[in-house]
Amino acid sequence: MFDLYGYGGALLAGTAGTIKIMILSLVVGLVSGIAGAGAKLSGIRILSWLTDSWTLLIRGIPELILVLFVYFGGSTVINQVAALLGFDVYVEINPLVAAVFTLGLVYGAYATDVFRVSILAVAQGELEAARAIGMGRVTVFLRILFPQIWRYALPGLGNLFMILQKDTALVSVIGMNELMRNAAAAVANTRKPFTFYIAAAVIYLGITTITTVILHFMEKRANRGVGMVS
Amino acid sequence: MDIELMKECLPLLIGGTFVTLKLVFVTMIAGLVLAIPLALMRNSKSKLLSIPAFGYIYFFRGTPLLVQLFIIYYGFSQFEAVRNSVFWMFLGDSYWCSVLAFTLNTAAYAGEIIRGAILSVQKGQIEAAISVGMSRFQIYKRIITPQASTIAIPGYSNELVLMMKGTSLASTVALLEITGITRNLIAETFMPVEMFFIAGCIYMVLSSIFIGSLSFIEKRLTSRGD
Repeated sequence: MFDLYGYGGALLAGTAGTIKIMILSLVVGLVSGIAGAGAKLSGIRILSWLTDSWTLLIRGIPELILVLFVYFGGSTVINQVAALLGFDVYVEINPLVAAVFTLGLVYGAYATDVFRVSILAVAQGELEAARAIGMGRVTVFLRILFPQIWRYALPGLGNLFMILQKDTALVSVIGMNELMRNAAAAVANTRKPFTFYIAAAVIYLGITTITTVILHFMEKRANRGVGMVS
Repeated sequence: MDIELMKECLPLLIGGTFVTLKLVFVTMIAGLVLAIPLALMRNSKSKLLSIPAFGYIYFFRGTPLLVQLFIIYYGFSQFEAVRNSVFWMFLGDSYWCSVLAFTLNTAAYAGEIIRGAILSVQKGQIEAAISVGMSRFQIYKRIITPQASTIAIPGYSNELVLMMKGTSLASTVALLEITGITRNLIAETFMPVEMFFIAGCIYMVLSSIFIGSLSFIEKRLTSRGD
């Protein structure tokens, strides 16, 4: 069978690191995506202008450049800005923060539009009806708005999560302890590049397959009751 | 920011831009050539054709591009038979390995887009074409291709921009395109902010040109016959 020359444990540890980055970036991405959608729909010009430039930059610049920039350039920028403001601090960015920050903001930039479209897709009449029967703002959000936004947004958010999962491989270039880096370390010691990169590919394929299945059931659940009345 | 240094480095990065553009165009054409038969195979009723196409698309869309590139560039060198074969001319070279990885990857995504576009052509039209006695080739040429290409273009143009961004990964196998040169310049000058700023600007210009020209083609195609 597949001989991993004793590096199976290292690959598993790498997988755990990869999954950690995926989940943390997803959280940052969802939060920033909701904030971005809110900013775009707020009608405040400076906010929607800022969000527009954020999505434009993310769409046009390769993720690899962004990761490298945040890791190698981020501390320079922070320290110079701090110096301008009169603070004398030295901030160094660790790889995990750089990875999660970059991947999260990439996810968030694309998720902004998913959330925006989903919020707009909820029929205004339903919100008016909910208010008319006396629901408060929080109740309207929890019972009417949120379940529907979730249903409309889920397929788009799921697709973006699949892209995010594959983008996590990029953060191996800044020395993050994840699957690709551990595979590369195993290659350096065993000189078996094919074996270890194929093993990494199989693990990534397993992660994306499991995610696809989970997303399928989540979508089914989010859509329960839809189309029963026609 | 150090403007003088940026001026000095700009010509080098513009040289890298040509390498990136060459990668993008070769990949785009080779990817499309591969994507069309993939889409047809995937839609085929014969399991012998559709299952391999499904497996191919499943693998290339389910794993990171970086892994695919590393399997091709580093992986195949594990086998002496490959190293001694004629293919080594290509598999030992970072440019050709990058082209191969990007092509195989983009073909999987483009194949899925084309497949969806072909399926979206109404069945009734194809039945009508069969009933007036058109051959399969004629049906593809006259009925399916004109409609499917219009439907496929928005998705395909998205994929092209993603592929263009993906070419930056070639820097990890020591190819000196925009990102590779940027990384070298940073190692020499220790000025990451300046260098990333120029590289970011170049990529923004490239992707704007891509998006602009593709939406122009899209408009031309959809307005035809109105």
